[in-house]
Amino acid sequence: MRSIFTTAASRTGRAALMAGAALAMTMTSASAETLRWARVADALTLDPHSQNEGPTSTLLHHIYETLVGRATDGSLEPRLATEWSISEEDPTVWVFRLREGVTFHDGAEFTAEDVVFSLDRVRAESSGFKALHSAVESVSMVDDYTVHVKMAGPSPLYVQNLTNTFIMDKGWAEANDVVMPQNFAAGEENYAVRNTNGTGPYTLVSRDPEVRTVMAAFEGHWGETPAVTEIIYTPISEAATRVAALLSGEVDVVQDVPVQDIARLEQTDGIKVTTGPENRNIFFSYDMTSDTLRSANVDDNPFKKPEVREAMSLVLDRDAIQQVVMRGQSQPSAAPLPPFVNGWTEEMNAYSAPDYERAAALVAEAGYPDGFSVDLNCPNDRYLNDEAICQALVGMLGRANINANLVSQSRSLHFPLIENWETDFYLLGWGVPTFDSAYVFNFLVHTREGSFGSFNGSRYSNPELDAKIEELATMTDLEARDALIAEIWDKVMEDRVFLNVHNQMLAYAMKDNINLDVHPENQPKMTTVTFGN
Amino acid sequence: MNRFARIWDSDIAWSFRHSPVAIVATIVALIIILAAVLAPWIAPYNPFDSASLNLMDGFTPPGEPNQFTGNTYLMGTDNQGRDIFSTILYGARISLFVGFAAVIFAMVLGIGLGLLAGWRGGWVDSLLMRVADVQLSFPSILIALLIFGVARGFIPPSMREEVAIWVLIVSIGLSDWVQYARVVRGAAMVEKSKEYVQAARVIGVHPARIVLRHILPNVMGPVLVIATIGLALAIIAEATLSFLGVGVPPTQPSLGTLIRIGQQYLFSGEWWILLFPSIALLLLALSVNLLGDWLRDALNPRLR
Amino acid sequence: MLAYIIRRIAQSVLVMLVVALVSFALFRFVGDPINSMVGQEATIADREALRDQLGLNDPFLTQFATFVARAAQGDFGISYRLQQPVMELILSRLPATLELALVSGILAFTFGVGFGVYTALRRNGWLSNTIMTVSLIGVSLPTFLIGVLLIWVFAVELQWLPSFGRGDVVSVGGWPTGLLTPSGRASLVLPAITLGLYQMTLIMRLVRAEMLEVLRTDYIKFARARGLANRAVNFGHALKNTMVPVITITGLQLGSIIAFAIITETVFQWPGVGALFINSVRFVDVPVMAAYLMLIALVFVIINLIVDLLYYVVDPRLRVDRAATRH
Repeated sequence: MRSIFTTAASRTGRAALMAGAALAMTMTSASAETLRWARVADALTLDPHSQNEGPTSTLLHHIYETLVGRATDGSLEPRLATEWSISEEDPTVWVFRLREGVTFHDGAEFTAEDVVFSLDRVRAESSGFKALHSAVESVSMVDDYTVHVKMAGPSPLYVQNLTNTFIMDKGWAEANDVVMPQNFAAGEENYAVRNTNGTGPYTLVSRDPEVRTVMAAFEGHWGETPAVTEIIYTPISEAATRVAALLSGEVDVVQDVPVQDIARLEQTDGIKVTTGPENRNIFFSYDMTSDTLRSANVDDNPFKKPEVREAMSLVLDRDAIQQVVMRGQSQPSAAPLPPFVNGWTEEMNAYSAPDYERAAALVAEAGYPDGFSVDLNCPNDRYLNDEAICQALVGMLGRANINANLVSQSRSLHFPLIENWETDFYLLGWGVPTFDSAYVFNFLVHTREGSFGSFNGSRYSNPELDAKIEELATMTDLEARDALIAEIWDKVMEDRVFLNVHNQMLAYAMKDNINLDVHPENQPKMTTVTFGN
Repeated sequence: MNRFARIWDSDIAWSFRHSPVAIVATIVALIIILAAVLAPWIAPYNPFDSASLNLMDGFTPPGEPNQFTGNTYLMGTDNQGRDIFSTILYGARISLFVGFAAVIFAMVLGIGLGLLAGWRGGWVDSLLMRVADVQLSFPSILIALLIFGVARGFIPPSMREEVAIWVLIVSIGLSDWVQYARVVRGAAMVEKSKEYVQAARVIGVHPARIVLRHILPNVMGPVLVIATIGLALAIIAEATLSFLGVGVPPTQPSLGTLIRIGQQYLFSGEWWILLFPSIALLLLALSVNLLGDWLRDALNPRLR
Repeated sequence: MLAYIIRRIAQSVLVMLVVALVSFALFRFVGDPINSMVGQEATIADREALRDQLGLNDPFLTQFATFVARAAQGDFGISYRLQQPVMELILSRLPATLELALVSGILAFTFGVGFGVYTALRRNGWLSNTIMTVSLIGVSLPTFLIGVLLIWVFAVELQWLPSFGRGDVVSVGGWPTGLLTPSGRASLVLPAITLGLYQMTLIMRLVRAEMLEVLRTDYIKFARARGLANRAVNFGHALKNTMVPVITITGLQLGSIIAFAIITETVFQWPGVGALFINSVRFVDVPVMAAYLMLIALVFVIINLIVDLLYYVVDPRLRVDRAATRH
């Protein structure tokens, strides 16, 4: 349909009609170098250590580099560090061997000094990443290309925390007075918010926040010259407009494609869609510990009863949600962690077909012959079709006499409910950036205390399990560690702490002649783009 | 002459009988209102009963059997497997309820404050009209957003679901009262100075009686016009607020919420989810607007 | 005169304070910005520390007083979301919104007056009736739907016009404008129509009603009796007389244009203050929301002030009248 319109339009002197629009159209034959890239939101800042947030890190990966990178298959790959290992003399020290011959965009040479500076800066009070580095005691330079990171105790997985920790130039940061990330109380803008000096494959050409960011390939980069030499990045927040921009040829690559549009885009001439699993699973959880609920119409806490939790797992029709709500773009699973995360097993993933009669019987058995009602809190602007998933669950629960009142609201209202323990029953999505189960246990399973359990909205508390979870952090025997992880999972699954729905899938839509694979952390790198079919 | 004949022969009725637009608009509006009111009896399904929905029925095209369940629906189904036809009927109920309630709220508030300002004058009038100035120039959507936000803070989360619709009504109504107040205030000021009113006051007739018997009837024409247009505006405003993320819960969608959901499927091929609710809203708002237009012309004696 | 102006300005300041108070009260209920500001790894203690640092744990009145004291000096702080000074952020977005509002205002005014005059003169013609009915369709559908439909037809299917953004802009004396580039002008078309449709219908109806009334006055009848050409009567006398209320109402509708710009800008990814506001609401970027609402309040306070003062200067009768009714 598109080709008919465009040829007809150009024959009838489109230029005379709409000279302005023509400009945008003639650019559709994207020169092999420029890539116009659109996604839902812009990076919040260019300061590499200020915001630990998806779109910000994604953009910054093009300008700055990390010591280690995350490949599209989820494995670690060398970037500014060529080798990394735990010191043979001291199990609490990580040794990083740095790449030589790397320069920053302003010409300064990259050395161990910059790494020490950056790892200090990222641990500052105003850093958004400091929690990832809380086990670090000190960072020291051994020689120009070797860095030692001293941990409080053995930390075999610390390197996994480094995939979004960018390296800045010490000299540049000091010259521009940006040795600390943005401090809001100070009330002054940090120079690094708008200016950059990284070692990355692209340099910043211009930036108008939330409008357009232009980057050009950095001649002096140590890696291979990328096929894309210029990137024009434009956030488009409305889903329909974003898809329209691709259909009309105004952008080349669209991230965050709505699931319902995938099939149609695939059938459109000149457009293709690549999909892949994201490192993020979507699950429901509930207050299974308190004696009473805030919103239920019964005096006790139904979620405390194993029968009710079992009934809920029996009504959840994961396949129906996958087929209808997610249009096939999800991996239904009972395991509350993405499949590439260490600790995932085939058995955890398995789920049975829904059995509404049995579920209703279980609810009655638990002491609720007439069922009960409770509020279900749901975000409506955070995960793929989050509100629709909750709506679907409401219908399914109804068949087991559980009357859930859906309260869906924006993320800024939803997440504080979990943080403040103000919700009985909620939806949450969880990504595992370290690709290890310990991360899930720390935040979601461990009793809420200190740095543990900040997203444990179920109030689940098992001292025995807590001890095991804490033990994981320092275990260096990886085999024994994996066995312990499996042990913890067994208990968590048995207690039904989570009602997992699925693992989210990602989709990128692009022009036919562009090749770009889905990145499990939704951080596509335009250096990996190739042209041609 | 009996009452019916008197009405039939009145100027308004004559004008009505000779305006095909008004007649068609009235019929369309009445059909929609009637269908909405009778939704529980004429709709084939109850889309607000979540437990009766089968998710696998989702995205059934109109008039074609569903690929999994084989069920057929006149206007197809939406993303939750709700019958679009039934959902439109139930949704129109919500939209009309919000619309009428918001208009009544605005009307009562506007007339009350307008009368107060016009009758009392002085500082009361000054204050009210200053507030009205502020309100008139302050964007109505922003006012609604503000009220919605504040209300959300005061209402416990577990009750939000039930009161959401009332908050919506107050939000829309509050941003709309000024027009009524202005008209009524003007009329009250004019009447107040007339001799018969002065005389009535002298002989001790209660002011409320004067207001109700003499001033109100005089302004009912313009008020009715504002109310009619206001009804259409309120229904559209509800849809707009839904787009901004404040509105009725998705499990009990209004026409506006249905359209907000439907526009996500504009490019995906499921056109019916957007098309049918849009047509319903368009027909409803258009017919009410046309009626308002006609009423304005018909009630203006200088245009006859 | 001076006393009157001073009194009016004092009232305006009071109004601004009330707006600030109301909008400030709102922020507590929009949500919690902290969750958007820190990564998911942040501990509860970290979150609490940041909340303290931002002053979100202070008593409401303390927060408000701090805000007003700073705002009075033009300091609205740093955006939580984009980490840039709020004032600078808003000023950089304002040209886009003003340009869009201006163009759609001109469109609405031109077509509104044109159609209004036509439908008044040919009161029962079929074309008049068509114009009246079709224009009503524009206000019988929500703005966001009209925007999306326009994108679908003109950007996706016909590919005549861009679907999003502002195109190329050039800076004229520090004011970035899209009016001087072809892509900038093309980008304006769809958003301007979406935004102007409602105002156009309103103006058209107003002009029509005013024209119909004026055409019946003795003044016009005399003009006709004097043998003036229809054209001269219609445009020279009748239209001129309808313009005062039309212009007044159009001016007062500025607030409504700005309000609907929120939706239009969101749909078309137009980089103006409306889209900035909506993104700020989603993120609970309190400093930006506060500054935006104060800006809107300032705009209407200034408009009202100017209108009042103009009346005062132009119409001597009002001096007495106003003095009697208002003060």
